[in-house]
Order: sequence, then structure tokens, then C-alpha cells
Amino acid sequence: MRRHSFLILAFLLVLSLAAAACSRGGNSGGSSDGGEGTTLEFWTFNELHDQFYQHMAQLWNEKNPDRKINLKGIVYPYDDMHNKLLVALQSGTGAPDLADVELNKFPNFLKGTPQLVPLNDIVEPELDNLVRSRLDIYAKDGNYYGIDFHVGASVIYYNKEILDQAGVNPDDIKTWADFEAAGKKVLEATGKPMVTIETGDMWSVWPQIAQAPGGDDLQTADGRPNLTGEVVVRALEFQKRLIDQGIAVTAPGGTHHAEEYYGFMNDGGAASVWMPMWYMGRFTDYMPDLKGKIVIKPMPAWNAGEPRSAGMGGTGTVITTASKNMELAKDFLAFAKLSREGNIEIWRFLGFDPLRSDVWDAPELREPNKFTDYFGDYIFDVLLEVKDEIEGVVVNEQTPAISDMFRTSVLVRILQDGEDPVKVLEETQAQLQ
Amino acid sequence: MAQPVPSTPRQAAVGLARLRRLAYSQSVAPWLFVLPFILSFAVFFAWPVLSAVNMSFQEVLPGQVRYIGLENYRDLWNPTFRKALLNSTEYTIWTLIILIPLPLVLAVFLNSKLMAWRNFFRSTLFVPALVSVVVAGTVFRLAFGELEGSLMNTIITAFGFEPQKWLRHEGLAMFTLVLLATWRWTGINILYFLAGLQNIPRELYESAEIDGASAWDRFIRITLPLLKPITIYVLTISIYGGYAMFTESYMLWAGNRSPNDIGLTIVGYLYRNGIEQNNLGLGSAVGIVLLIITFTATMIQLKLTGMFRRED
Repeated sequence: MRRHSFLILAFLLVLSLAAAACSRGGNSGGSSDGGEGTTLEFWTFNELHDQFYQHMAQLWNEKNPDRKINLKGIVYPYDDMHNKLLVALQSGTGAPDLADVELNKFPNFLKGTPQLVPLNDIVEPELDNLVRSRLDIYAKDGNYYGIDFHVGASVIYYNKEILDQAGVNPDDIKTWADFEAAGKKVLEATGKPMVTIETGDMWSVWPQIAQAPGGDDLQTADGRPNLTGEVVVRALEFQKRLIDQGIAVTAPGGTHHAEEYYGFMNDGGAASVWMPMWYMGRFTDYMPDLKGKIVIKPMPAWNAGEPRSAGMGGTGTVITTASKNMELAKDFLAFAKLSREGNIEIWRFLGFDPLRSDVWDAPELREPNKFTDYFGDYIFDVLLEVKDEIEGVVVNEQTPAISDMFRTSVLVRILQDGEDPVKVLEETQAQLQ
Repeated sequence: MAQPVPSTPRQAAVGLARLRRLAYSQSVAPWLFVLPFILSFAVFFAWPVLSAVNMSFQEVLPGQVRYIGLENYRDLWNPTFRKALLNSTEYTIWTLIILIPLPLVLAVFLNSKLMAWRNFFRSTLFVPALVSVVVAGTVFRLAFGELEGSLMNTIITAFGFEPQKWLRHEGLAMFTLVLLATWRWTGINILYFLAGLQNIPRELYESAEIDGASAWDRFIRITLPLLKPITIYVLTISIYGGYAMFTESYMLWAGNRSPNDIGLTIVGYLYRNGIEQNNLGLGSAVGIVLLIITFTATMIQLKLTGMFRRED
């Protein structure tokens, strides 16, 4: 008898194991308002994005009682989510209705026949109010596949305390040549570098390349590698020159997102850094000691009168072809991310510079929050100032490979090992082809 | 196993008898018992390997899969992959040089009755193996930071050296990786060797002692030869472990990207191409090459150490 019960027990154990393996463990990070309505599943890698959409779903349900949504949000780690989504779309089963795809990963989803729904019918009516370049990065063959949260306009953050010691007025810095001259002054007066430059990521080099007038950056406007192009060489030669003179240092930890870097800057390690608008959150969260000392300005231009910003980074929300409620998902996405109301909520909830430039002067964007506490309430004045100067970037299937080469070798060889920019870029260009 | 449902007691008895005959059958029963293994092996190992071989000849895109012959393998012959190959090989060699003799000697000490605090050392040396690689990698990344205040820089400046950029310099980065491996795996390998040591009969040592053999002679002539099977086992898993290393490097550089690829491993290259750049065909080709490398290295090693010779 005992033997039998043991066998049964063992059998049950195996069964439950199999059941556990097959069931979807997604609920752990899930959230949902639990109400009635059509269920839409949404995957993201950022909990704040999920909270934002939950909030928008509530507003939607209040406005559309006959088309209620039960938004089921699932938060996965960054790489996990993209890998899972890619596999789900590749195999044709298990994909959610909506998902967040980060810009660096986005081209992977455009390879072959995109398993994403074109969003042209919701994007096109609003095109005039939106920052156009931010839509093109999620497009293929004239179809828009993703809608971003933010513009990611790159700006420069100056440490006013250090500039004051050197007697430098940030408003006098109009071009990169001015910046270099001011950097010399800062170095002589304080012994501190003017700026830090990344060797392990793209946020220092890409804005400088993209801000140049014209459609070429790391790739030409029509999508050929452009590493030996004048705009690329100029930016890297400039950065190398700053480093050789001690005006700039390579970012401790390699990137502006390293723990070491936050510590270095928080202690007043360098007088400035140019990064996109969304970097504000890193200041408020990781560099508390700089509160009240940082001023945000448009980036210097290459030549007076040329563009002073470029849209950087981003996360596009997509609708997958696996969705059974495509129309509803589209209308909801338009409400959450393209409507005036949605864009104001994006700033309130996430602190991002929203995609609709016609809300930038709205009074809601002047309300105090942790960003205005830290930087002051002029944040959107800077944006309005550069509104028509936010250059776009060329993003396509080659982008992940090019970024990888920059992040692992090009920047290190030029900025850290001091190799000749032209030689390194020519070699890399050859390797790409 | 589609047995008809027995409807009468007589039929039931026949069914039971048939089942019993099956369970006691000399030819069927063994298969029945290994079936779970064969099934799981087929589903979780053989099938993925075969489809990886297949995919390595394809271009795999969503909705567009096509055969491209050897192109993936041709693409592999590039400086980045060679770098990954070199890094993995160098790492494997270093771990073999350190992680076999060191734990062996430590195990001999820990096995000796003369050793004070034996159990304390046994457990402390084993603790790192229980720490998740993710945690260990993050801690090492911070300890080997490039600022002057980082743990390692504080230590070496105390000895009068210059602070170093540990994770940006080729040699130092490899040193850090090997140190992390040593810290983490010494305890496990000690455990293997301890198990082997405790299987060596005491009498051998006693009679050797009576014959006047020194401690060194006993170590060379008794301990080492009798530990050979364990050593071969440790060597085999170390070769595979060295070539398959990925998480350590991934955590140490907080992502799969190290400056000048000084920390790129074969699996890191597979991950970068297969997953991060959505090129599963090329990724599969890397996987197949890795399989061939570890298979060849292990076979040569087993052949040289005589594992295939028939035991007497």
C-alpha cells in the first residue's frame, strides 16, 4: 500500500512540475485595474511606463464607458522583455497586444516582414503637432510602427558653481569653439575638467554628429554607413582634442550611467555634461548634492546659427500583429501618447519632454515637481528655444551593429588609447562593408 | 501504452498479467526505465542541437527564413570573433593552470588531521560558490573601479603602486576575470578533491610511512596517482566551463560590451549577434563552433589521459 501511495505521490509531483513549467509565470510583475472591458496585454521593461499606461487606461475608461479597456501590464527586465517579444513574434505565438521597444532594439523588430501594425492612420492626422524626426526612427518603407514617449532633446547641463569660479558665463558659449575656450579657462582656474565624454556608450558622440545640419549622421540619409563622413570625423577629432588638452576626461566607468560616474559628478568632478533631456532624472535621483547648482542650456552649435540639439534615445510603443483588438489598441495608444492630454500626463508622470511640441508652453508643464525643484521652472523655455533645431538620427537595421562597434572599440581606441580618428574610422567602415 | 480498458475481472487479470510480463521482460523493461531520460534528452538536448545545426545554415528573420549555405560560417571569420575566441581560450588556460593545482593542494591541507580550524576553512572557502554570479560580478565591478577610492586601488596604492583602470586594460581585465573565477570556483573544486582524497585507503599511507617515504614522496606517489580520475573529471568540466563563460564578463562590464572587447567571450559573441542583433542564424553558427571546440578539446584531453582505455 505504501508503495502505491509513494508512486502516486511521485506521479503527482511530476505532473505539478510539468504544469508549473507550462503555465505562464507572467503575473508576478503584472498589474491591472481588474475591471471589466476588453483585455489588452502590455509588456514593458520599465515599471513607470506601466504605471503611466494604467493611469491612462483609467482616464480612457472614464471617457469611453462603451469601449472599456482592462489593461494587463507586465514588467520584465530589459533584455528579457525584448528577447521574449522577439521570440514570440518570430514563432507567432504568445505576443501581447502592446509592447514597449527601446530604440536600440527597435531595428531588430523591423527585420524581414515586421510583425508590427502600421500606425499611420493615427499618426498622420497629428503629424504637424509632433516632432517629426522622432517618428521617422520607428518607420520602415513609409510605415510608422512605434510611438515614442519623449523627444529626448539633447541639452547641456552646466555646473554653475564651477563655472562661476572660473568666471565663465554659460550664455556666452554659443559654438563648440567657444566651449573649448571656456573649458581651457575652467581647467586653468579650477584644475577641473570642463566635461566628461563617454567611451562605452553613444550619448556623447551621437548628439554631436546628429546636430550637424543635413540628414547624414553615422549613416547617410539613405542608409549607408557614413563613419568616414565629415560630420563623424569632426566630432571625434574635437573630442580627442579636448581630451588631449585635459579639458575633457573620459567618463569614469566608461558611461554616464555608471555608478562611479554618478559619484564623480556628484562631488563636482567636471563642469558640464551634454546629455538628452531625460537625463534630468539621473541628476535628481543619483546626484542629489548638485541640486540648485545645475543649469540647463541648449548644446553649443558647430557654427553660429546651426542646430543646437538632436533627439536621442527613446522607447516606442508598438502594437503587434498578434493583437485580436487592433483597432481598440490603436485608439488607446493614440489617446495615451498622441493626444494633448496624454502628452501633459507624460511630463507629469514620467518627467519626459513630450512628443507634441504644442504642449511645451502649456501651464501644466510649469507646475512644480521634483524636476522644477532641482533645476528651476525654466526647463521648457530651453526646449521652446531649440524647438526647430532638434535634428533626427538615421536608425535602421545596421544601427545595432554600428553602435556595438562604437561602444566596444571605436570610442575606446580614439578617446582612451589616443589612436588617430581617421584611421580608426576608416578601418571600422571597411569592416562594416 | 494504449491498453484497452478492462471491463470484466477476467480481462482485468489478463491485463495485469500482461503489464507484469512487460515490466519483467528482459528486452523491454530497460528501455522503459531509461525512457524518461531519453525523452528529456531528445526534447531538451538533441532537438535544440539539431535545429541549431539547421539554423546555422539559414538566415532567420521573422516571416522570412531561407537557406544561405555556409555564409554564416564565412561571416564568422572576422576580427571580433577571433578576439572572442582568443579571450575564451586565454581565460580557459588560466583557469586550468590555477583552478586545478591550487584546490588540490588546499584539499590536501584541509584533509590533514594536523590542520587547525579545518571545518572553518572548508566552509569559508566554499561560501563564494553559493553567491550568485550576478551579485559577485557586481561587487567585483565596484571593487575594481577605476577611481582612486575603489577597493583595489586603495589596496595597491597602500603598497605604493599607481591606481589602475582595472576594467579598461587588457591584462588587468583578464586578471580580474581569472581572479573572480578563482574566488568562485576554488571551493567547489576543493570539494571534488576532498571527496577523492577520502576514498584513498589510509593503509597505503601507513605502509609507505613504515617503508620510510617522506611526506612529499607520499603526495607524489600515492595521492596524485589515486586522484587521477577526479582530476580528469575536474579538468573536463573546467574546459567546458572556461569556454562557456559569459555571465561573469556580462556582469563585470554591466552589459555585453567591454572596451576594445577585452572581456568578450564566445558565448558573449553568440549573445550579441544571435539575440542583441536578432541574427539567430549567425548565433547558431557560433554555437556550433563552440560545440566543436569544446568537444575537440575534451576528446584530446580524455585520449591523452587514457580515459578510453579499458579498465583492468
